[in-house]
Amino acid sequence: MTTYYSKDHEWISVDGDVATVGITNYAQEQLGDVVFVELPEVGKTVSQGDEAAVVESVKAASEVYAPLDGEVVETNGTLEDEPAKVNEDPEGAAWFVKMKLSNTDQLSELLDADGYKAFIAEL
Amino acid sequence: MAEQATASDLLQTPLNDLHVELGARMVPFASYSMPVQYPTGIMTEHLHTREHAGLFDVSHMGQAWLIGPDHETTARALEALCPSNMVELKPGRQRYTVLLNEEGGIVDDLMVTRPLAAERDGQLFIVVNASRKDVDYALLRAKLPDNVRLELVEDRALIALQGPEAVAVVAAHAPATAELGFMDADFMEFDGIDCHISRSGYTGEDGVEMSVPTGAAEAIAKALLADERVKPIGLGARDSLRMEAGLCLYGHDLDETTSPVEGSITFAMQKRRREEGGFTGAARIQKELAEGPSRVRVGFKLDGKAPAREGAEIRLPDGTVIGTVTSGGFAPTMGAPIAMGYVDAAHSELGTKVNLVVRNRELPAEVAAMPFVQQRYYRKPKN
Repeated sequence: MTTYYSKDHEWISVDGDVATVGITNYAQEQLGDVVFVELPEVGKTVSQGDEAAVVESVKAASEVYAPLDGEVVETNGTLEDEPAKVNEDPEGAAWFVKMKLSNTDQLSELLDADGYKAFIAEL
Repeated sequence: MAEQATASDLLQTPLNDLHVELGARMVPFASYSMPVQYPTGIMTEHLHTREHAGLFDVSHMGQAWLIGPDHETTARALEALCPSNMVELKPGRQRYTVLLNEEGGIVDDLMVTRPLAAERDGQLFIVVNASRKDVDYALLRAKLPDNVRLELVEDRALIALQGPEAVAVVAAHAPATAELGFMDADFMEFDGIDCHISRSGYTGEDGVEMSVPTGAAEAIAKALLADERVKPIGLGARDSLRMEAGLCLYGHDLDETTSPVEGSITFAMQKRRREEGGFTGAARIQKELAEGPSRVRVGFKLDGKAPAREGAEIRLPDGTVIGTVTSGGFAPTMGAPIAMGYVDAAHSELGTKVNLVVRNRELPAEVAAMPFVQQRYYRKPKN
């Protein structure tokens, strides 16, 4: 299993052609207290850059973009009752969706852990 | 994720350095660089204010004096532009009102204070919204009679301390604060510094707003923050607090097209003014009072957990569009989303079931009474 990162502050944990996607700790810090997460329907096909989810904080809604092309195969139902989990464990228990990737070549466009650390250090 | 706007061309309040020192996230607001939150976050700041005391820098707002030869002259000059009683405003009392345009729409909402001291007879102190001060001052300069002048206050910061423990905190430095009743105001000393303090605010809680010399603002803020009951509060929580209190935010819930009747702020229009008129825009307002307005601002409680925000369409269950949300978000004290908006008057009754449309989804809600959270304004004990 390898974990990649996007410049939109998503983490993508890949096992074969299935990716588990969530938002990074940096993202949850920027968002503030999360009060609601709107997840896509299972079965939805997304292209890289499409809006895949919406995170509502107290103040505003923020879009989460699909980091890769694929089909949503599972969504994290626990976030409905516990949206604050996104602030508490963004890179673990608060994963958003699992996707079946349609083009694993796209993974080469993503950052690795060190690359993402360097990226956010410049922000 | 959105980029941070650069702060280089924004105005700063006298507390700017303090906000940065406290780790505030600064954002542009009404041409000022203002703290939207501190590291604590909006939820914590909001809840802390309702339980203890929250410190707000509101120095971006406009402070000014209307100065005339005597109270009646100044009061009547203001009464020509607003639908509230100013002549009957007693010394040492503060009142909420609105400036109106020719069409009976609201130019701004503001607080007006009549000073206690006899030496200040003829003077009225006003506090206006930051985003509207230029418009307000231009209106006043154009419309005030020759014997009433507008004098801007440019050497004072404005600091609010709100919450059930706020007055106790301030009274340790300014004992006279404890004598103020709700909507009372007076000049008094805070640690020997001359300030103007009113027992009022924008949160629905007990608390004060303090006009303090610019040079003393940081020291006063630090003295308040040194009290463990006090936390600094940003504009994010200021917004969620006022929303729970059912209070309007100009430019969102009130604007130049909304009358005070439509805006559900008829409490600000006392009987004499409603009956006599004699203010800009009176014709429309008196008509709406007599016949009812065609649209009206109401509150909404949403059934689910997803918030609906400004701009969301309001529909009846059958799909008929009846209005638009003007303010909305998550209410921390209630643990649920709330909203305010304008609807066709025919569908404004409490309990009316509606859907608020967010990202093409219909979120069920119902018209609810405001304030959403009980107001806890100070009531002086009767002797």
